[in-house]
Amino acid sequence: MTAATATHAGTRTAGSARHLLWALQDGMAVAWRNMIGLLRVPRLLVFSFIQPLVFVLMFRYVFGGVVEPALHGVSYVDFLVPGIFVQTAVFGSMNTAIGLATDMQTGLMERFRSLPMARSAVLVGRTTADLARNVVVVALMTAVGFAIGFRIHAGVPAFLGGVLLVLAFGFAMSWIFAVVGMAVGDPETAQAAAFPVLAPLVFASAAFIPVNTMPGWLQAFAYHQPVSKTAEAVRALVLGGPTQTAVWEALAWDAGIVAVFAPLGVWLYRRAV
Amino acid sequence: MGDRDAIAVDGLTRTFGRLTALDDVSFHVPPQSIFGLLGPNGAGKSTAIRVLTTILTPTGGRAEVLGYDVVRQAATVRGLIGLAGQYAAVDPNLTGRENLRLIGRLTHLPRSRIRPRAGELLERFDLVDAADRPVRTYSGGMRRRLDIAAALVPAPPVLLLDEPTTGLDPQSRNALWAMIRELVGEGTTVLLTTQYLEEADKLADRVVVIDHGRVIVDDTPATLKSRLGNTVIELDMAEARRASRAAALIGDGFADRPDVDGPRLTLASRDGSRPLLDMLHLLEGNDLVPRTVAVRESSLDDVFLALTGHHAEADGAGPGNAGHDGPDGGAGEGSSP
Repeated sequence: MTAATATHAGTRTAGSARHLLWALQDGMAVAWRNMIGLLRVPRLLVFSFIQPLVFVLMFRYVFGGVVEPALHGVSYVDFLVPGIFVQTAVFGSMNTAIGLATDMQTGLMERFRSLPMARSAVLVGRTTADLARNVVVVALMTAVGFAIGFRIHAGVPAFLGGVLLVLAFGFAMSWIFAVVGMAVGDPETAQAAAFPVLAPLVFASAAFIPVNTMPGWLQAFAYHQPVSKTAEAVRALVLGGPTQTAVWEALAWDAGIVAVFAPLGVWLYRRAV
Repeated sequence: MGDRDAIAVDGLTRTFGRLTALDDVSFHVPPQSIFGLLGPNGAGKSTAIRVLTTILTPTGGRAEVLGYDVVRQAATVRGLIGLAGQYAAVDPNLTGRENLRLIGRLTHLPRSRIRPRAGELLERFDLVDAADRPVRTYSGGMRRRLDIAAALVPAPPVLLLDEPTTGLDPQSRNALWAMIRELVGEGTTVLLTTQYLEEADKLADRVVVIDHGRVIVDDTPATLKSRLGNTVIELDMAEARRASRAAALIGDGFADRPDVDGPRLTLASRDGSRPLLDMLHLLEGNDLVPRTVAVRESSLDDVFLALTGHHAEADGAGPGNAGHDGPDGGAGEGSSP
């Protein structure tokens, strides 16, 4: 047994690169499983598309008239669509919590935890599958945006950069909700817990209306929080204007969120009973 | 491996807050054998399985699989075990084949081996026709077979089965028993938990009975049964007074003293239903003809009664008063085949 232990310790140091590769492969295997689930239960995909569709139509035609004068020459639909992208990514991340919480209730999670797979794989697989879902939903929302009058003003590469930024933010938010899903452990509670967090983030932000129309005490929060930073960065990439600072600030939020919540999520996974 | 234990559990303790799920549990499982962990709901069987599969860490004591510690060498242990449980841990949205391929990837089987291995197991578990249908269309028995197939994908030397036959019809259960024996014939070590004495008796080389997290007996099923009697005769005498008179008569004339509970008499027999006829003659001669007579195989509850003097009871903490599941399940099992 001592010999076996020594060999084990030896391979561990020598094979840390291989372990990283394994962790990645395990994560992709679980992502594959989750994506098949999304394809086999298409209503999940349909519902994650309907909600932003309703939002974009409502805001465009109901609130557009009130907000447009505050935009000083920018058309509301051009202002709105980047915000809707971000909102779509944020609300979509709730699915990460629901998906993980659902898995927690089945014996599948127990099986995963008994397998020689990376402890990060279940979470990486879920957030990656949700990222793939976001790609589809954002593509559909782009088409809807064009149909209601949205136009790209700063070239296609910058627009695609904006889309990547939205996806990166959605991925980061997924890690927050991975932690929520692991912590609450059942889908209904996950959904109920998510909304009071998401609503102020999305509505007290620059996603739908300019921040300077809000009361002063709220502006401080609304200006600095990640939904606003991402929406402003995407807007800059779509409408034109200085992008550097805005994009870096948005990416800093994404990196910060993942750096905190990914280890926390894995820690919860290891301890889940 | 030599004659080293496949599973060694020593002084294992696990508490959840104030509840002690496992209390100083020790047992050893030799390689290539079937080991039965027998007990009612809430006795600690699943907790033991979860410690052995590295899902839970013990509060005290230690557990080893093929010499590897389940806490300090958890990653190695995970590569040596297969787990299948009562909850059919398969993904309902994937097909049977996809489920097996997923496990193949997650257990790091060589890529070229994954497809053939999935095919082999589907064939072995009679799931070829359903292989490419989503699992949500499967029957309970099919899901259970797929669950066990999934546990076998990496060909683990140690297989842990948590109540593998609970909820299965007798035919599926018999097929599963045959499968388990076959695996052991090929060199696998199997630890299974069950609430059914009959199952432990038919399958296991050795049995540990646990009650409230504590081992109350560690023996071979044959010895257990001979200590207990393999058949239970129950007489309903209609009145408690008649029951105690009958008990006294039977106690004088036969080997064992019956247990009296109100108007009911219970008697364990080592000789099947053979003594019943003489017994009824004796009672008839004394004008003590019973209202009803029942003969059944002895159940886990009878083992408990014989060993501990009380009925098999789950911890009251469980939902839905799980306490009734043990005895009822045991009795049902005895009369079903």
